[in-house]
Amino acid sequence: MSATLNASTLLAVPLAPLAGAILAGIFGTKMGGNWIGRRLSHTFTILGVLIAFILSAMTLKSVAMDGARFNATIYEWMVVGGLKMEIGFLVDGLTAMMMCVVTFVSLMVHIYTIGYMEEDEGYNRFFAYISLFTFSMLMLVMSNNLLQLFFGWEAVGLVSYLLIGFWFNKPTAIFANMKAFLVNRVGDFGFILGIGLIAAYTGTLNYSEIFAKSGELGTLIFPGTEWLLITVICICLFIGAMGKSAQFPLHVWLPDSMEGPTPISALIHAATMVTAGIFMVARMSPLYELSDVALNFVMVIGAITALFMGFLGIIQNDIKRVVAYSTLSQLGYMTVALGASAYSVAVFHLMTHAFFKALLFLAAGSVIIGMHHNQDIRWMGGVRKYMPITWITSLLGSLALIGTPLFAGFYSKDSIIEAVHFSNLPAAGLTYYAVLAGVFVTAFYSFRMYFLVFHGQERYDQNPDAHHDDHHHDDHHGDGKPHESPWVVTVPLVLLAIPSVVIGYLTLMPMLFGDFLKDAITVNSAAHPAMAKLAELIHGPLAMAGHAFSTPPFWLALAGVVTAWYMYMVNPALPAAIKRMAQPVYTLLENKYYMDWINENILARGARLLGVGLWKGGDQAVIDGTLVNGSWKVVGWVAGIVRWFQSGYLYHYALAMIIGILVLMSYFVTWPTLRTVLGL
Amino acid sequence: MGLLSLAIWLPIAFGVLLLVLGRDEQASVVRWIALVGALASFLVTIPLYTGFQLGTAEMQFVEELVWMERFNVYYHLGVDGISLWFVLLTSFITVIVVIAGWEAITSRVNQYMGAFLILSGLMIGVFSALDGLLFYVFFEATLIPMYLIIGIWGGPNKIYAAFKFFLYTLLGSLLLLVALIFLYVKSGGSFDIATWHALPLDGPTQTLIFFAFFAAFAVKVPMWPVHTWLPDVHVEAPTGGSAVLAAIMLKLGAYGFLRFSMPIAPDAAHEWAWLMIALSLIAVIYVGLVAMVQQDMKKLVAYSSVAHMGFVTLGFFIFNDLGVAGGLVQMIAHGFVSGAMFLCIGVLYDRVHSREIASYGGVINTMPKFTAFALLFAMANCGLPATAGFVGEWMVILGAVKANFWLGLAAATALIFGAAYTLWMFKRVYLGPVANDDVKGLSDINSREFLMLTLLAIAVLWMGIHPKPFTDVMDSSVAELLRHVAQSKLN
Repeated sequence: MSATLNASTLLAVPLAPLAGAILAGIFGTKMGGNWIGRRLSHTFTILGVLIAFILSAMTLKSVAMDGARFNATIYEWMVVGGLKMEIGFLVDGLTAMMMCVVTFVSLMVHIYTIGYMEEDEGYNRFFAYISLFTFSMLMLVMSNNLLQLFFGWEAVGLVSYLLIGFWFNKPTAIFANMKAFLVNRVGDFGFILGIGLIAAYTGTLNYSEIFAKSGELGTLIFPGTEWLLITVICICLFIGAMGKSAQFPLHVWLPDSMEGPTPISALIHAATMVTAGIFMVARMSPLYELSDVALNFVMVIGAITALFMGFLGIIQNDIKRVVAYSTLSQLGYMTVALGASAYSVAVFHLMTHAFFKALLFLAAGSVIIGMHHNQDIRWMGGVRKYMPITWITSLLGSLALIGTPLFAGFYSKDSIIEAVHFSNLPAAGLTYYAVLAGVFVTAFYSFRMYFLVFHGQERYDQNPDAHHDDHHHDDHHGDGKPHESPWVVTVPLVLLAIPSVVIGYLTLMPMLFGDFLKDAITVNSAAHPAMAKLAELIHGPLAMAGHAFSTPPFWLALAGVVTAWYMYMVNPALPAAIKRMAQPVYTLLENKYYMDWINENILARGARLLGVGLWKGGDQAVIDGTLVNGSWKVVGWVAGIVRWFQSGYLYHYALAMIIGILVLMSYFVTWPTLRTVLGL
Repeated sequence: MGLLSLAIWLPIAFGVLLLVLGRDEQASVVRWIALVGALASFLVTIPLYTGFQLGTAEMQFVEELVWMERFNVYYHLGVDGISLWFVLLTSFITVIVVIAGWEAITSRVNQYMGAFLILSGLMIGVFSALDGLLFYVFFEATLIPMYLIIGIWGGPNKIYAAFKFFLYTLLGSLLLLVALIFLYVKSGGSFDIATWHALPLDGPTQTLIFFAFFAAFAVKVPMWPVHTWLPDVHVEAPTGGSAVLAAIMLKLGAYGFLRFSMPIAPDAAHEWAWLMIALSLIAVIYVGLVAMVQQDMKKLVAYSSVAHMGFVTLGFFIFNDLGVAGGLVQMIAHGFVSGAMFLCIGVLYDRVHSREIASYGGVINTMPKFTAFALLFAMANCGLPATAGFVGEWMVILGAVKANFWLGLAAATALIFGAAYTLWMFKRVYLGPVANDDVKGLSDINSREFLMLTLLAIAVLWMGIHPKPFTDVMDSSVAELLRHVAQSKLN
């Protein structure tokens, strides 16, 4: 343990944003809406996040340069029956990288919010929430135990709930936030069971203590079955990750979460919170390495998400939803990498994706402001002339996303594809083709959006819903033309565009093959050789970029871009024709594979019907109707008979008493006699 | 006079004083006396915590006086790690309830406040009685003030509800009395609970005793299928009555399982654990589904109480430390959270006079401060970490998984159902655009309501962030209980 990391500095990282959130919350209620209150809110929160970012960057430096590590308890939450539950930090390469990503993106989003939420009544509240989110996310990634991980896990879920439903007067928003919370709860259900199994069999929740016992854990059999215990544990934990990282079939909440303001879509629903599941699985790599079944499962789920969510991106017309489906698809890629035991590649893609996807979301938000809150890309076009900074940064983000050589996304995504290629798991065969096909799909929908928004004819006046405004922002610019956003919006775009371009080039070697993540991630190279083979293939960022031109992903991406260009720039009538020809497919995609329909009409409605049935049938008819009131009826019936004895006439009682006395007397008199006679 | 006696008789004395002296013309004086009485009673319970010795399962603050010499009945009081927190919880909730009834109750204020103070003393008596008969007297006596609270200050159907409450619980208690007398005879004339714990009993006897206790305690908890009185009673009870009923009276039953059923009949408890677990899981799942479709906020929270109490009994009957301690923590947490939920409904009811979810919508627009509190308590009701609601659920789920994975799986569905019914209600009542003129005309909480909800919010957060004081107190007593219950009484 190095002297450069100490507990109080680390503690300051999450507490600074928390303090900012609390201060913003106080000023938000006391001075709601006034100019000073707003000033104070964003100053406090930005300061808090800035402190967190600087300290995180310093931590990253010590971790990467000096090899510093930290693993200690901060305070004891409780101890029950020898099971210690604590709050503590574990800082290694994985944590330090996550801390920097979280605080950097959060800082960008905080600054951006000044511009984006300028006219919103909930300005202070919004800042309080996003700072609270930053605190929760930092607690999640810095944890050294499963309890705190679960704390952070649920806390980010709560803030996500609050922020999706930020515009609480919008029915779609408050439906979406409840849906997000409930779907995540399904994931948490699995997650808590996995944690419970780990606690039951290892007697600890601390990561390093669990990993120390992983050897014996790997040999146990799940009671009453033939399954390996570790498989059950890993799949349970992964169900948690499926909820948080929106993997099929628990992905349904993420597209709807776009009801929230755009800055949080960038921060929470693209860059940080949704990657918590990926982070968790990477953190738990010593356990996942023990179960091939779990890894196969992870890979299949990831492949389904990566490909099929990408298809949905093709037909979306809402600019935010295109990016949302793209996020789903990219999360699928990360999951695939986890399944291939290429945890460091997954984490690498997590990082590059955080930058370019936050960029794409914030750029989309900038376009939305510029377009006076029109989000439909069919009514955009030619925006590049009016919003040059947004245009260039979007282009860079899109190029990074589709994996253009030298850009960040290229290094991470191509590494994933190669890792799958080298994986020896049974699921890897089909998965490889799924992720390859995904490259084409990604390029196609990304550039479909890009061309529709930034190039081609201006179609602003053709919008049938023009000036139908969901939000409370007014249109101050009567000419209907887009306009470039203020500097608070464009500066974060530029600052995010830089890492989107260069971060992959700079960090490819240390992240994937250096010592940076060595102690955080465990790979059993003998059983899962993908990473080892990848190391033989990749010699450096330049060589990898040069090699790209002879690999399928590059040509597939290029084909995607060219197809998009042809269909939306050269021959705009073609998409409609294809749509007519492939109507059933289109309908299937339009309805998002009917997942929402199944959830709403079968699961939710089924639960409600069951509830009504149990209530009316069970509680009211059987228990109250038959048992309770039935007993009352029996009592009533008995009482009816007994009533004869309580007639209220004095002579009846007198008579009864006399009879009673006679009976008793005769008993006392005759019984001893009788007993003597009978010899008892 | 010992601290426990003071904790019992001080509120009762204040209550009697109010009954004798108070008149509605002096309602404000009556309220202040009630508040002083409640606060004083709360303050005398604090030394119980500060002076409590950790690390021992012995009874503490013991007082023993002869009550009825001829029948060997003692006025025998004491607390251990299992009962301590309930004494504090009771006196704390009483303060809250006095504040809650400040404006809503305008007629017979002295009787209302008096009833709650007396009830508080009696309930503390139940938690601290170490003599079987004394326990029974307190246990039954609590019915009377609650019966009156529902019957006098309740809603339109109050008489029906009061009767249902009284008869349902009384029927169960009769078997409890039979069991107590049986144990008295069997032990050679002792009502001492500790003596009963050591009393050897054969299998069939234990089963009979166990089910006699079950009849009394299961109704009180309430466990499925004897839970149907609770929603009906909550609906008619005044806000304060609901809060006390949910926060404390339900715990009397669960406490009885730990103090009587399990240690006195350990073999029967093990033998019938499957039944208890099955009933608990039905409470969690079945009642969770039923809660989801309620149209009446109070019924919804009442059903949610049954589901949460299912966690308590589940924790008890899996016989491990996480489960039992988790059940206890869940009881305390539920005391804070359900009390707070009912008080929130009371805040709305005082303004709109409706408990129907459909009468509301968009309350956040007119009552933002109140909505922040309501959200906190709703999240606590879903068991979100850093709130009280999480701690017990987490412990019981972990304990259940440890006992048997499939039990844990069934119990963990509460994560989904709890969130579903709570958040769906929250969405329909608080979020969305203003639904009608009633909601439009709402005024946000005043400083009295703010104070009341703040106290509860602090309790909920404190217990969620730093539960160690709670579990540390319980630790030794729970370990001792489990050790005792693990020993068979059969030879």
